[in-house]
Amino acid sequence: MTALALTRRAALAGVGLTVELVAGRAFAAVDHQLAKRKLVVVICRGGLDGLSLSPPVGDPDYAGLRGAIAIPPFGADGGALRLDDTFGLHPALTKIHALALAGEARIAPAIATPDRERSHFEAQDVLESGAARVYSTSSGWLNRALAAMGPEGKAISVGPTAPLILHGPREAASWSPGGLAQRDQRLPGILQDLYAHDPLLGPALAEGLATQAMARTALADAAAASAAMQSANPAPGLLQAARIGADLAGFMVQPGGFQIAAVSIDNFDTHANQGAAKGQLATRLAYVDAFFDGLRTGLGESWRASLVVMATEFGRTARVNGTGGTDHGTASTALVLGGALKRGGIIGDWPSLRQASLFENRDTYPTLDMRALFKGVLRDHLGLERATLDAKVFPDSARVAPVTGLV
Amino acid sequence: MTRDLDGAIAATRFGLGARPGQIENASGDPRAWLVAQIKADGAPQPEPRSPTSGERLAELREYQRQRTLARQSGDAKSDPVKMAAKLIRDDAGADFMARVRLAATTDDDFAERWALFFANHFTVSAAKGATATLIGPFEQEVIRPHAFGRFEDMLVASSQHPAMLIYLDQAQSIGPDSQAATRAARGGRKVGLNENLAREIMELHTVGLEAGYSQADVTEFARAMTGWSLGRLDQSQEPMGFMFRPFAHEPGARTIMGRRYAEDGEGQARAVLADLAASPHTARHLALKIGRHFVSDQPPASLTARLARAYLESSGRLDVVARALVAAPEAWVSPPAKVKTPYEFLVSSWRAMGVPPDQGGAMAAAMTSMGQRPFSAPSPKGWPEEAAAWASPDSIVKRMAWSETFAARAAGQSDPIQVAENALGSRLGPLAAQTIARAETRAEGLSILLMSPEFQRR
Repeated sequence: MTALALTRRAALAGVGLTVELVAGRAFAAVDHQLAKRKLVVVICRGGLDGLSLSPPVGDPDYAGLRGAIAIPPFGADGGALRLDDTFGLHPALTKIHALALAGEARIAPAIATPDRERSHFEAQDVLESGAARVYSTSSGWLNRALAAMGPEGKAISVGPTAPLILHGPREAASWSPGGLAQRDQRLPGILQDLYAHDPLLGPALAEGLATQAMARTALADAAAASAAMQSANPAPGLLQAARIGADLAGFMVQPGGFQIAAVSIDNFDTHANQGAAKGQLATRLAYVDAFFDGLRTGLGESWRASLVVMATEFGRTARVNGTGGTDHGTASTALVLGGALKRGGIIGDWPSLRQASLFENRDTYPTLDMRALFKGVLRDHLGLERATLDAKVFPDSARVAPVTGLV
Repeated sequence: MTRDLDGAIAATRFGLGARPGQIENASGDPRAWLVAQIKADGAPQPEPRSPTSGERLAELREYQRQRTLARQSGDAKSDPVKMAAKLIRDDAGADFMARVRLAATTDDDFAERWALFFANHFTVSAAKGATATLIGPFEQEVIRPHAFGRFEDMLVASSQHPAMLIYLDQAQSIGPDSQAATRAARGGRKVGLNENLAREIMELHTVGLEAGYSQADVTEFARAMTGWSLGRLDQSQEPMGFMFRPFAHEPGARTIMGRRYAEDGEGQARAVLADLAASPHTARHLALKIGRHFVSDQPPASLTARLARAYLESSGRLDVVARALVAAPEAWVSPPAKVKTPYEFLVSSWRAMGVPPDQGGAMAAAMTSMGQRPFSAPSPKGWPEEAAAWASPDSIVKRMAWSETFAARAAGQSDPIQVAENALGSRLGPLAAQTIARAETRAEGLSILLMSPEFQRR
């Protein structure tokens, strides 16, 4: 064992110290207010049906197109939770609806990536890489945004595998629920020496150990928050979702904690029997609702300085298909939540569901580029320059103007 | 020395990790050692084999019937229903462990890796729908018998297997102008097309997006495939299985990727599959995926060209493609570029110790914690192949924790250095060898071996 390894181990015992690989970038005059701001990006994988997430029950064509999977109108049994005359939220989203009423949640109901192929994998790549076309870059836009924020920002992803959105030049942590029983105190140090020349395993182990060290303190705080929620959320799946949200928040509010987080939620590919107020999709949305509730509770005071953006790779067909579900479509709904959000109506324009307005006579017409929303968040919430956003974070996107008025 | 290194590469890169003595056996003629595993009857089958998909389907139907009855009587949590749900979990768990035991003990582990590659290529996942107990039968009925046969046969078998028909919603897809749709409309019910399987066959199983097909091609293929469903003839004692339902088939000719397919009932989609399997796009798509799985995230173009050529010149024979991979010099380069998946890591740990695995629950829990829940790939695309996807910080820490637990139980009186030499041969580097030799306990030495870059990579 070398002295270096001992130093490393000592560092790991502290809170959230990590082997910082980025150097050379001048540390811009960081506004301390900016440094406290938090951003969570949630990706719903599989193609989340925007017309169920934020059903336009006031749109005259909605009920006809949707048939048995239409969310009932405001006030009906299992009806949409009212946002304005046109839009509601799915009835499973009670916590998010309460935030919306307080001006802390808004929808972008006709948003899409630049990809039009209706392939999950291609569309997710474009959503996460931030590029205009698939395969044009192998790093994620959130990682490049982190790099542009200066050397101090830190990011974490939830889940045992690293999502594309956080791949890239900056090291990012990853964490998934489940404890770690450490038997051999020597092993981590030994392995770090053994991994010194492995460009993949070395940084991954260092980052993983740092996150574990942080978890020991962060999770103790989060346990208290989720105990309070236990009585309110009886279903074990929802309790787990709230717990994951609270644990993630615990990582973020630590001193020196993570400013940026990426979360994936799977299983939105509802080709058959998607259900309406109840059913398959409703169950997944209840999970989403519980996760956000846990996150908000866990963030505590930091909620006021936080924004959460939830997006999906594409929406689904406007018409119900032959099997009580919907097929791959184009525009969907993105959600923006947070105490830092400015009160307002829908983000972007609503094209309506008139047959002539549907994209290829099939899908919700995209009126807002996903990158415009992300750019607006990164510029107004995290203080990134327009030029950096146009060229580096979202390459060749100068024509896509950031959404304004979010914070 | 080179021959020894090739022996070690044969057993670790092409296979599932060396068992004691395997590298020695392979070192005489590593390529011949691998080619000998390419057998006409396909990849090895687990013991015991699962019940057939027909038997499993019958169980599943019975379970669904019981559940409906229980729900109607307002007793959704009744004991028979709970017990049936547990049986389904147990069946899937038993299938999985039979596969793990095979992987951990077989000497035909290149053939086994090859089969696992195609099981992932034709992913059926328990993460969606009631398919958990059909995955074992799917692998045994579709993947393993055809592993070294014609790709087209595997494609057809997959597209007609109950597991795939359910997983990608094909069983319930009905032609909008078919007799079944007309009859349903009279009864006030709306039924119709589901394009899920058609799309994934084109995008994932055969030509890939690079082929440049359109939404209209997908929809046309979905129409051609209507009627491909599940069932059993009335009064028949046959088990449930693939059945073509002419009443659900969309009548008429179809045009897909510029080719016209005349109305031919079941044969219409069959003809499309034959053309998809024969397409040069499919050859390139498969070659890239095989290169990426066995060699590196960005396999050299010369390698993928060789594999694609082998595929096209043999009309899609997978034994010929497997031999081309073994013969390709690009596949033998050092150092290794890939990181083992959690499944490969756990299986190779058992192989290194030369003992079969026990404790199914612990294996499943470990794989879940490392991001690869058994039989539960996150999407039809299957598990990721990129090294970085498996070397996430969280996953590496969980691998370390598992290694310690495993080593504490498995170390016994073994000599960690001897285990390392058996498992890695001349791939074992001096730093790892020295670190293992300096370990304080046998268990620590074994943990270091399992977590060494040489063992984590292949």
